[in-house]
Amino acid sequence: MTLQDARERWVRTGGVELCVTEAGDPARPTVVLVHGYPDSKEVWSEVTDRLRDTFHVVLYDVRGHGRSTAPTPLRGGFTLEKLTDDFLAVIDTVSPDKPVHVVGHDWGSVQSWEFVTVKRTEGRIASFTSMSGPSLDHFGHWIKKRMSRPTPRRTAQLLGQGAKSWYVYMLHTPVLPELAWRGPLGTQWPKILGRLEKVTPGDYPTGSLREDAAHGAWLYRDNVRARLSHPRPDAYAHAPVQLITPTGDSFLSPRLYDELDQWVPQLLRRQLAAKHWVPRTRPDQLASWISDFVTRHEDLGPGGTSATVDSATRPTARPGPHAEHFGGRLVLVTGAASGIGRATAFAFAEAGARVIAVDRDADGVARTADLARLVGAPEAWAETTDVSDEQAMEKLAEKVAAEYGVVDVLVNNAGIGLSGSFFTTTSEDWKKVLDVNLWGVIHGCRIFGRQMAERGQGGHIVNTASAAAYQPSKALPAYSTSKAAVLMLSECLRAELASQDIGVTAICPGFVNTNITSTARFTGVDETEQKRRQRRASRLYGMRNYPPEKVADAILRSIVRNQAVVPVTPEARGARFMSRFTPRALRAVARTEPPL
Amino acid sequence: MTSAVDTQLRADLRGFRAVQRLAYECAESVAARLKPGVTEREAARMQRDWLRARGVRDWFHLPFAWFGDRTAFAGFRVPLQFFPTSRRLEPGMPFILDMAPVHQGFTADIGYSGCLGLNPVHDRLLSDLEAHRDLILREVRERRPLREIYQDVERLMRHQGHLNRHRAYPFGVIAHKVDRVAERRWSPTVFGFGTQSLKGLASDAVHGHRDGWSPLWSPYRFSDHPPQPGLWAVEPHLGFRGTGAKFEELLVVTDSRDPEQSAFWLDDDLPHVRRWTEERAAA
Repeated sequence: MTLQDARERWVRTGGVELCVTEAGDPARPTVVLVHGYPDSKEVWSEVTDRLRDTFHVVLYDVRGHGRSTAPTPLRGGFTLEKLTDDFLAVIDTVSPDKPVHVVGHDWGSVQSWEFVTVKRTEGRIASFTSMSGPSLDHFGHWIKKRMSRPTPRRTAQLLGQGAKSWYVYMLHTPVLPELAWRGPLGTQWPKILGRLEKVTPGDYPTGSLREDAAHGAWLYRDNVRARLSHPRPDAYAHAPVQLITPTGDSFLSPRLYDELDQWVPQLLRRQLAAKHWVPRTRPDQLASWISDFVTRHEDLGPGGTSATVDSATRPTARPGPHAEHFGGRLVLVTGAASGIGRATAFAFAEAGARVIAVDRDADGVARTADLARLVGAPEAWAETTDVSDEQAMEKLAEKVAAEYGVVDVLVNNAGIGLSGSFFTTTSEDWKKVLDVNLWGVIHGCRIFGRQMAERGQGGHIVNTASAAAYQPSKALPAYSTSKAAVLMLSECLRAELASQDIGVTAICPGFVNTNITSTARFTGVDETEQKRRQRRASRLYGMRNYPPEKVADAILRSIVRNQAVVPVTPEARGARFMSRFTPRALRAVARTEPPL
Repeated sequence: MTSAVDTQLRADLRGFRAVQRLAYECAESVAARLKPGVTEREAARMQRDWLRARGVRDWFHLPFAWFGDRTAFAGFRVPLQFFPTSRRLEPGMPFILDMAPVHQGFTADIGYSGCLGLNPVHDRLLSDLEAHRDLILREVRERRPLREIYQDVERLMRHQGHLNRHRAYPFGVIAHKVDRVAERRWSPTVFGFGTQSLKGLASDAVHGHRDGWSPLWSPYRFSDHPPQPGLWAVEPHLGFRGTGAKFEELLVVTDSRDPEQSAFWLDDDLPHVRRWTEERAAA
């Protein structure tokens, strides 16, 4: 338990005693972490560890939870007004002069929404990071809007969230929840969390779980019905808000936040492919997003308009379509000096990711990193490495882990082209194409994938296969073989890594206008014929003119959707369809001579 | 005889240089007056009015103005999309002013890229254009086929990480010939192009077709010939993720044996060239 070496103090307020823990230098910006239900402040231990070096981290057990005392009587003791009193008492003690940064998860977020939307805390909160807990007032308006004008979509949203809220109805029944928590549910809870939410058991949940959960039922009973039926009309946030939405949350639909912009003037949205208990399962990512957000608003002071400052420093940084998902994440792209790799690096940069561009071509990759910074990457680095060189890749991985961190997204994109009859393809040719196209991917997945798996906080691997992976052709025996191997490798790896929340995607682009055609080798022909074919192939691909930017978009989309195999161009989709339903027709196509 | 030709040529070049300067002056004056909220149509009209007031009566083409991602011709499919729209200028937005006035029978065709406020991507694009100006001149002096030069420019753009956006122009041209135009009292335009200039271009096309050259410098086979003497309005246009930048100015090609004299930029005292010189001085 890492919170033990933190300072502890008690705050007495409104008839209860709150257990408050502080870590880090009090002179630094104060970050108050508020836990949810059925938790105690220990839910934040992992995040605290990562924040305490930079910030003054304050945690407290909400009344009736952990080591804080419970109000008597319980009924009426957990209203949001009283929780706000508690919060004010805590921050008056730990940071009497300066506004604090609030971070809330689950019910901690629900009550923090109250804190940032009521008048009496104005000027006391510098920023708020919310995860998995909507404002009950906003939620009330959300329901009202859908009830009063039920379009099919709105009805579906209402029913969807209604089904996810089953536990809220349960908690409103008298006595039974308390009995269940003090009985079998309390015993089984760590196991349930482990199985359904993949929360690794350890110092959490703590021994106080049964009492926390039993008391906490009053959070729901005291507030939910009252607020949902009569939501406050003026619940506008007076501090900037960072909303972190786990997309796999079993209790809250992401649709809940659709209309949040009307309540929050300064809203920053983030998305995380994770389940409900993100403080346990994704502490690294949370800590980094919280640090960024706090730092940004600490410099500005409360009420500082981040939008104008951002646009002054980076006026062209239009957030890309997936900025919520990739903002601040670490992405490594191989083969990033040109073509699809370069476009992918730019697409991630536009989405606000930190980009590591890797390629053999030092000039090209430096240029990629340079431009990536211009289009919005907070940081971008160029690394010159040959992906087929295992030792070089090992070295790169060490350097990346030491200097930049564990990669969140790995794109194994580097590849070379090789065309010609099977009998003119020498074993040297085979070796070369397999070294880059297959071994490059294997090294990437093995070395960086292992780092990802060992961290245990999810991630995603994208391997660039090809339409040639399922479209046989007499002209591309070696290339197609290497790409088919990549496709199958991706599928197998996807199966293996699924349990660790690491997604694996195989991208099958098809004919894309990149310079792979001008660097491809054509076997069995002399130098001039080789050049002629390269030019001809480039021209044909140029006429097809499918831009690599579209492939990059497909890559980002496939990560957000966690797709397994993604054919990109229409011909790649067509071939994929044919390979499944009319394979004989596809084999007939394979026999035709390409028009080179 | 030679000296008479030379004198005539020099006088002609002076005329072309004067109108090109006038056009760039117009671009700088209009660019200075662009404010947030100005539409492309208004910007085009400002250029037209400014030049009309200074005696321009005919056009190679009417002034264009592109704002925001329209500078990179994002989503352009039909030529009508080149015409100014009601897109409004916002802070940080790049813009391009493109005009081709005819003044006293001399034609200019210029492109001016700028942006409203700071835009690092746009700055980078403008700096990257310098290499293209050098490359084009060098290869024209080497008498390389225009089509190959086109491909080399495209290769350089790709190496720089940019897209070739002049491909979006009619026939994908990076340049086209311009010439003197007869001054008429009535000078109508068709789809934004002056009829006199179109006539000149068409007659060049007919003559060129016989002799194996084309007044359009394109990626296609009809441009597979060495540079044809005359004046070429060269307009490399870079695009990078929704931001575009170009310059356009006249390149003089002659049949001189001396490489220096065989091709040269009509004027080296232009806004983009001054900018590069300043950048180098600062570095």
